[in-house]
Amino acid sequence: MDSLQERTDQVFVRTNMLTPSAPPKRTSGAIGWVRANFFSSWGSALATIIVLYISYRIAVPAINFIFVNGVWSGSSRDVCTNTAQGGVQPPEWFGGCWIYVHSYFAQFIYGFYPAPERWRADLVFALFFGGLIPLLVPRVPFKAFNIIFMIVVFPVATFILLTGGHVHFLGFLLPNWLISPSPLKFAIDYAILTAIALAAGYAIARGTQSDPRPTLHGITGAMGLFAIVLILMAMNFGLQPVETSRWGGLLLTLVLAVTGMAVALPLGIILALGRRSKMPVVRLLSTIFIEFWRGVPLVSVLFMASVMLPLLLPEGVSFDNLLRALVGVAMFSAAYMAEVVRGGLQAIPKGQYEGAKALGLTYWQMMGMIVLPQALKIVIPGIVNIFISLFKDTTLVLTIGLFDFLGQIQASFADPNWASSVQVVTAYSFAAGMYFIFCFSMGQYSKFMERRLDTGH
Amino acid sequence: MEQHEASPDMDRPKAAVFNDPKIRGLIYQTVLLLAVVYLAYVGIGNVSGNLRKAHIASGFGFLGNPAGFAISQSLVPYNEGVSTYFDVYLVGLLNTLLVSVLGVIAATVLGFIVGVCRLSTNLVVRGVATIYVEAFRNIPLLLHIFIWYFGVMRLLPVPRESMKLGSFALLNNRGVFVPRPILGDLSWATASAFAIGIVAWIVLSRWSATRQRRTGHRFPVLWPSLGLVILLPLLVFVLTGAPLRFDYPKLGTFQPSGGIAILPELIALFLALTSYTAAFIAEIVRAGIMSVSKGQTEAAYALGLRPSPALRLVVIPQAMRVIIPLLTSQYLSLMKNSSLAVAIAYPDLVSVFAGTALNQTGQAVEIIAMTMVTYLGISLLTSAGMSWYSAQKSWMER
Repeated sequence: MDSLQERTDQVFVRTNMLTPSAPPKRTSGAIGWVRANFFSSWGSALATIIVLYISYRIAVPAINFIFVNGVWSGSSRDVCTNTAQGGVQPPEWFGGCWIYVHSYFAQFIYGFYPAPERWRADLVFALFFGGLIPLLVPRVPFKAFNIIFMIVVFPVATFILLTGGHVHFLGFLLPNWLISPSPLKFAIDYAILTAIALAAGYAIARGTQSDPRPTLHGITGAMGLFAIVLILMAMNFGLQPVETSRWGGLLLTLVLAVTGMAVALPLGIILALGRRSKMPVVRLLSTIFIEFWRGVPLVSVLFMASVMLPLLLPEGVSFDNLLRALVGVAMFSAAYMAEVVRGGLQAIPKGQYEGAKALGLTYWQMMGMIVLPQALKIVIPGIVNIFISLFKDTTLVLTIGLFDFLGQIQASFADPNWASSVQVVTAYSFAAGMYFIFCFSMGQYSKFMERRLDTGH
Repeated sequence: MEQHEASPDMDRPKAAVFNDPKIRGLIYQTVLLLAVVYLAYVGIGNVSGNLRKAHIASGFGFLGNPAGFAISQSLVPYNEGVSTYFDVYLVGLLNTLLVSVLGVIAATVLGFIVGVCRLSTNLVVRGVATIYVEAFRNIPLLLHIFIWYFGVMRLLPVPRESMKLGSFALLNNRGVFVPRPILGDLSWATASAFAIGIVAWIVLSRWSATRQRRTGHRFPVLWPSLGLVILLPLLVFVLTGAPLRFDYPKLGTFQPSGGIAILPELIALFLALTSYTAAFIAEIVRAGIMSVSKGQTEAAYALGLRPSPALRLVVIPQAMRVIIPLLTSQYLSLMKNSSLAVAIAYPDLVSVFAGTALNQTGQAVEIIAMTMVTYLGISLLTSAGMSWYSAQKSWMER
């Protein structure tokens, strides 16, 4: 014991830590970071220099075009042309003619929508973004009210505001020789249709020996709500009617994309369920529908909608150009939507289906309460991506004579007042910037939702 | 609740016929089928009624009639006024396939380069690749096409002031003019030497792979095959007296004469399709490579593989399993997107057949149906081909 004590006393134990020596300068700090990220090897260094040089050669003219040489004020093409072309700019000048974009801005946004009525379009934009943004932010409460606003109030309000409402319904069921077409005939037809639906509901409920009351209440409620919507659409609010041929610009782009989406989502869900159905006829028809629309280009779909739809309709019924485009766009995106939703349905574990069945739920209860809420939640990023491509694809309506945002820009080239050699480049830079802002922010939202929904297993 | 005894002798509670899932399914399907058949019947009735009213004879007879319009680019002989509407269809289809095949090849090359750059350790390379992907896929394809066509090709100098690309090609707002090769009498010898070289190369690499599997010895394939594919045809070419001349384009008063003119529409469409699709392919390649777990790379290093063989033999074959199906759908959408040609009047299938020919004949139903079936056919064939290829490589297993 003693000897151990003695020995221990002689042992030196350091009580405080030495300061660690600094890491080699070449691998740490700013120099190390630059080395690791830009010059980690000879090849990397070469690539850095070449890429930086190319970027410099592209970025400098772009900045010159947009900012340094850009023209922000003026009143005619003189400010955007050089002296040889009869303008005021020096011969070597090449810059953005932003004043031309500014003077055309209203047309790029509203198309030929009459100027005194543009507040209606503004109100629609406000309703849309005011309803959409709280819906997209997960933290905002009252999602249920928000959804009802977006799928019931917003479409009806938009329809009335943009078209002017005051629709004349003329009836659809009884032959014309019985009652002449009028709103009264429409009301009678509607009442007959409701009665038929109620009778069918009652018959089925009796036939399956279940309580008929919920079915009847459901039918009455739905038909009543729909009747209110129709009455609102028929009412005269004193708004000037605006034909769809005068809609254009960003307004038309958004109308096409949002309506297409609103139709595509429910239709896509039904098609996805149909494709996974156990009934062979349902499965076959859904598969044919989906694969057909996915196999053909949108341009040919639009051509078909504009040329063949009028032929398919009975005589006397006509669709306007916008409605034809909408039908084409909706069918096309419904097929893509169906495939996205099907992916979600397949990702739900089989136990969820079996559990729901074991609880005695019917097919629609199982889908509506157990499977679809989970499936739709995991495909939100996919749905946003479909909306992005739909937003980009609406530009194709240009080929059937509708003037969306890009269409208005193309149309503005015909105006000799602003014709100059920089007009095309200016307009396309502006269009590219606008589309980029819209699509990029939606893409970032999609990525954000993906990260948020990723529960990380 | 009412209690039922579980005895088979007792009458079972009488369920309504409609509650039997089988019968209910049958009823639903019958109703659906009847509804579809009814809609089809009404639609066909309306179409034939409307056509009769417009005095348009239905049927495909019009395909034999001569088409009275010119087409700016045709890969098969086409004469205005002599060629039929069926020739128009063929010309359009070939033009669609031409731009699609060119676009697919270029977009794949560019997409793979950008996709690998997206994973580079070099911040500048990675950053520029990211900017490229985000900028190109967030702008509509039609705008890309307009930018290349109205913003680039149409702003080029007029033919008289053509830009010279080296000493052999001319560039102006009518397109690119490149030398036209004129083949001599003995050029078939060079072509067949080239074909023989390729066949020999395939045989050699097969033989070498089998031998390596059997004995473990490697046979250096690279240099002999390069010799077979390049040197052999070159030798034959020189021996037969170099039977190849070029017809160079020369500046003319209105249009350069000689050479081959490549339409500005084709160039604009090709560049737009390539740069747009490459952005999507780059993302697919990146996702594919990232889907291979890091353990695979580490295991390959642990086995002593150098980075390059590890990438080539371990990572890429596994990444391909993810990449191939997504790549197929990108190829298909490129092919379908080539129909945007109609916006700049490149003579593709939709533009000349579903556009001009439809306007001239009024045969909407037949022409739209033929166009749709053509695109559907190409889509289904490509999908089938790719699944067969994947099955061969057994990439889709799991």
